[in-house]
Amino acid sequence: MKIHEYQAKQILAKFGVTVPRGEVITKREDARAVAQKLGGGTVVVKAQIHAGGRGKGGGVKLAHNPAEADALAGQILGMTLVTHQTGPEGRLVKRVLIEEGLDVARELYLGIVIDRASGRPVFMASSEGGVEIEVVAAEHPEKILKEFIDPSVGFQAFQARKLAFGLGLEGKVVNDAARLFQNLYRAFEATDASLVEINPFVTTRDGRALALDAKMNFDDNALFRHPDIRELRDLDEEDPLEVKASNYGLNYIRLDGNVGCMVNGAGLAMATMDIIQYAGSRPANFLDVGGGASEEQVRHGFEIILSDANVRAVLINIFGGIMRCDIVANGVVAAAQTLGIKVPIVVRLKGTNVELGQKILQASGLNFEVANDMKEAAEKVVAAANQS
Amino acid sequence: MSILVDESTRLVVQGITGREGMFHTQQAVAYGTKVVAGVTPGKGGTTVDGIPVFNTVQEAVDRTGANASAIFVPPPFAADAIMEAADAGLPLVVAITEGIPTLDMVRAARFLAGKPTRLIGPNCPGIISPGKCKIGIMPGQIHLPGHVGVVSRSGTLTYEAVGQLTALGIGQSTCIGIGGDPIIGTTFVDALRLFNDDPDTHGIVLIGEIGGLAEEEAAAFVQAHVKKPVVGFIAGRTAPPGRRMGHAGAIISGGKGTAADKIAALQAAGIAVAESPALIGVTMARTLAH
Repeated sequence: MKIHEYQAKQILAKFGVTVPRGEVITKREDARAVAQKLGGGTVVVKAQIHAGGRGKGGGVKLAHNPAEADALAGQILGMTLVTHQTGPEGRLVKRVLIEEGLDVARELYLGIVIDRASGRPVFMASSEGGVEIEVVAAEHPEKILKEFIDPSVGFQAFQARKLAFGLGLEGKVVNDAARLFQNLYRAFEATDASLVEINPFVTTRDGRALALDAKMNFDDNALFRHPDIRELRDLDEEDPLEVKASNYGLNYIRLDGNVGCMVNGAGLAMATMDIIQYAGSRPANFLDVGGGASEEQVRHGFEIILSDANVRAVLINIFGGIMRCDIVANGVVAAAQTLGIKVPIVVRLKGTNVELGQKILQASGLNFEVANDMKEAAEKVVAAANQS
Repeated sequence: MSILVDESTRLVVQGITGREGMFHTQQAVAYGTKVVAGVTPGKGGTTVDGIPVFNTVQEAVDRTGANASAIFVPPPFAADAIMEAADAGLPLVVAITEGIPTLDMVRAARFLAGKPTRLIGPNCPGIISPGKCKIGIMPGQIHLPGHVGVVSRSGTLTYEAVGQLTALGIGQSTCIGIGGDPIIGTTFVDALRLFNDDPDTHGIVLIGEIGGLAEEEAAAFVQAHVKKPVVGFIAGRTAPPGRRMGHAGAIISGGKGTAADKIAALQAAGIAVAESPALIGVTMARTLAH
């Protein structure tokens, strides 16, 4: 799960990570007062959307006085911000964060993720702040310092100091930075984050160390023990169909093709998308109905696939392991009857109770095309999609 | 022969009194697996289908000689169950549970380091040596005893591949689902090493997917060490970057972990990569015929 920058900064501040003073607003009228409260000097006005690349897209601007802050807030609030992560349709800006301007000495990078190969969290730091870390990783991997964290003892002070000195920090700011790094890891661990990224982390000419930007993602599997974080989810930042699917406990991702697909299991769902492309068309979605999906869930999944106007045909591919084919068939028939289906449906069932499942489909009197294997199913659904 | 599980496997099921645990215990027993014990804290002294239930894994091991565990414990408690199984000295622990918090697995993996326990999973279908022993949730009837080893990050896609092999009369020595999570116990390389050392395994099917670098590591291992034919398939050619495709570990991040990179790595290692998921079986048949 993703959250906004201002929310991440509120969480980090609770863990003792120094962040710039600032306030988030939703109405332009509040901009001047906030800028005044921050001292009346230079402030930064930052669009709050989940996507990165806000600065380049024109969503982050410097205001030299409260009047300018007011004008910029008016400009940015309500704009459709397009960045390399939003897609061409962009994202509507509903909130801006107004923060004190800082006299920045250096821009650095900090990040914490789980390193899959070692099975441990890794704390990364780089002198190349303010640019995308992927670019640094590709062009100058030696400029990314890494400290692997032993979960049984946590992130140690010496590791934080190694990073601070490795970044070339000197004097009093070394200790402040090292403390900030440790607090950052405490926040990562305590909130079950999957990513914490501070880009840039800055030092100022008056010798302070602050998180100028903040990005936090959280492990969806751990949200059950963080009800406070779950509340920060912003549904406006997500595809409405994906939100609807998640409410039903379904795993759905919208894509741009015209063949809808409903599959049990993530690997088979991806493989089904792939074989649709191999057969000459493009998948409209990823949808994993899971191992223990109920008839109701299957029906909801079907409704979601069909509410995508691009879908010209649907492929249902179920290999029963724990999933029983008769349950799938009941769900499909129920949805087909409720929705009055207009697009062709190709069904491939295999595994537990397959005969019963096929019998239910045939007895429904609805127009299902049955396929015996994946290849046949993909060819039939692509042919159907191209015809309709 | 087979790897890791066979007729000598004596299974304890952790979470045996839950709905899933009970159902799959019955399925395993029907397949011929020797299920000797169950564990549910607080339900010690009861039985499930005649199988004795204990409060702790240690007690189950002491009383029944169990030498492998299957974990059907709900996600919030599953990492604890894995550590309990390792603490009881079990050599093999198969964690079926999906949805374990990543940091819980980070701690469990640290706990397992240096211990003799092999973990399979979590978030996996389990392991089966056809005709001998089934631990997990895969449908037993699609398998056929034979000489091809299967290792996969997926569940149902593995069934698909196994179904194709069986339909072509190609039996399996052992099939292992290593799991779709970012942090897992047994890796592709571990499984490849075991299959390579098993004289009864004549060929290997490796099914990967987007995310991480496990397939690239597997390719390097195959190139350096594996003398047997290997067939590969990678799911997710059409997956968009930055999106988690169902499995917690199936995500292309920062341009890393794409299907194209993995396919290229496998091919460079001399592995026959099936272009379509419908061609996994026939690719193995063709490779074995050579």
